[in-house]
Amino acid sequence: MSLADKLSRPARHPGDPAVLESGPSSLGAADKAAKGLGWFSLALGAAELLAAPRVTRSLGVAGHEGLVRAFGVREIVAGVTSLSVDKRPGIWSRVAGDALDLGALALAFAGSRKKGNVALALAAVAGVMLVDVVTARALDRRHRREGPPKDFSDRSGWPNGLERSRGAAKDFGKPTAVRAPDAAPRSEASAASRQLEAIH
Amino acid sequence: MKALVWHGKEDIRCDTVSDPAIEDPRDAIVKVTSCAICGSDLHLFHNMIPALMPGDVVGHEMMGEVVEVGEAARGKLAKGDRVVVPFTIFCGECDQCRRGNFSVCQRTNRNKQLAEKAFGHATAGLFGYTHLTGGYPGGQAEYLRVPFADTTHIKVPEGIADETLLFLGDIFPTGWQAAVMAEVGPGDTVAVWGCGPVGQMAVRSAFLLGAEQVIAIDYLPERLSMAGACGATTLNFEEESVVERLAELTGGLGPDKCIDAVGMESHVGFSQPDTLYDRFKQMNMLVNDRAHVLREMIYVCRPAGIISIVGVYGGLVDKLPFGLAMNKGLTFRMGQCHVNRWTDDLLKRIEDGQIDPSFVVTHTAPLEQGPELYKTFRDKQDSCIKVVLKP
Repeated sequence: MSLADKLSRPARHPGDPAVLESGPSSLGAADKAAKGLGWFSLALGAAELLAAPRVTRSLGVAGHEGLVRAFGVREIVAGVTSLSVDKRPGIWSRVAGDALDLGALALAFAGSRKKGNVALALAAVAGVMLVDVVTARALDRRHRREGPPKDFSDRSGWPNGLERSRGAAKDFGKPTAVRAPDAAPRSEASAASRQLEAIH
Repeated sequence: MKALVWHGKEDIRCDTVSDPAIEDPRDAIVKVTSCAICGSDLHLFHNMIPALMPGDVVGHEMMGEVVEVGEAARGKLAKGDRVVVPFTIFCGECDQCRRGNFSVCQRTNRNKQLAEKAFGHATAGLFGYTHLTGGYPGGQAEYLRVPFADTTHIKVPEGIADETLLFLGDIFPTGWQAAVMAEVGPGDTVAVWGCGPVGQMAVRSAFLLGAEQVIAIDYLPERLSMAGACGATTLNFEEESVVERLAELTGGLGPDKCIDAVGMESHVGFSQPDTLYDRFKQMNMLVNDRAHVLREMIYVCRPAGIISIVGVYGGLVDKLPFGLAMNKGLTFRMGQCHVNRWTDDLLKRIEDGQIDPSFVVTHTAPLEQGPELYKTFRDKQDSCIKVVLKP
């Protein structure tokens, strides 16, 4: 039983089934990787937004704080998307963001006084980009629709054909059927229901 | 027992859980023989409906055999009875139940105070749904405790396949109620948005009620082919304009009746820019629901027409053109299905051969494959329209 299951247990009623042993999940490895990358995006984006001067100083490109903050916003948007059910565009947007980061760092490399740090950042981004590409492609494989759509034009649902069924219910009681009927007389309530009524 | 359990967004697992037991004299225990994954289960799968908790057993379309009956339910149920379990739990005795409004039963929601805070008033308890509707364990499991079992059941005869009867518990009466709420009758043109399982049932219900023309709107070829099979005119919104095509099919008048069988997660695509806006806001928790279908229905519906909503919505919507609706004099009807209000009649129609709801089943598998089939159904892979699981 996971920690989340244990924490939610007090909110459940005593007789409700409790998880004894957990089985295989609908989440695949690629989905879990996307989740991890989504949280990584949020953390990195927050750092870029909140500590832009420190980032630019460490890369030797002081004065470009606005650009770093803009990249932070981009990271957060990519993170939110990657954590959503639309994770495929989220992770592919991370790949595009990685390319943008590589380009910006390559430009920074020429003018930086801390080339070692920029080279380290370039290597880190390249590594993360590799993980992003592998995850994005795995997500595509796992979630895309494959093969031609099936033709269900033989599934009418009419055992005796449309013409026998069309209008078979036309005497159903329109429009009174949608109106709330008058309340029926109250029936003799059972002991159990009287008990419940007392509770409510 | 084995059961499908929600552990978080997109994380459903086939777990071993403790067996249910009789807790109240009105309870019964049902051994589930067939259960299905509903479109609204996908809203839970996506964590779009608030107040689902990790560890909750999901599923609200199920049928099976009664194996244990509480003392107070014994006059109405017996061991060995074959029953479909409606997704709405109802007492049969409160004011709303006596009016047939079972989905707003005043007594079965065991988290009544929570629901009153969120909705203003509590609605009925539902199986395998949010804790706002009682947090009752669901039926994608080997066994199910049915509270208020003396009323909350549909007895069904032997000799008819599970797949034909199972959908009496939700999608068939939901599609039927959509058509009845729209007051569909002879001569009507009815437009149905969404050709998932509920949309398919709504299309057929409209024909049963005598509609002259039923227009089925979707973008997936397999769903459109299934809707076309029963005589509906199909409209692929990725290939043609809904507004223009509906005008053409109705001589410019607009459909008399519009049915929303889509709900809060309408398709997002570049051909409908408002869906991108909705998705952005939904993703950032600024709205609960994507309202594209509602907007489109209000725009195209014939003045003084009826809009019937059975697609599930969860909370706040944005940019709803209510002025159009008011000035066009539209009538809105909506709600969760009052299942047992319709099922005696619908069972008779199945027995009479007017309809066989099993047409909608595209995938049947053991319960253990449930987690993977949630993904298959959500991703619309392998032309999946309806999954039936066998515990």
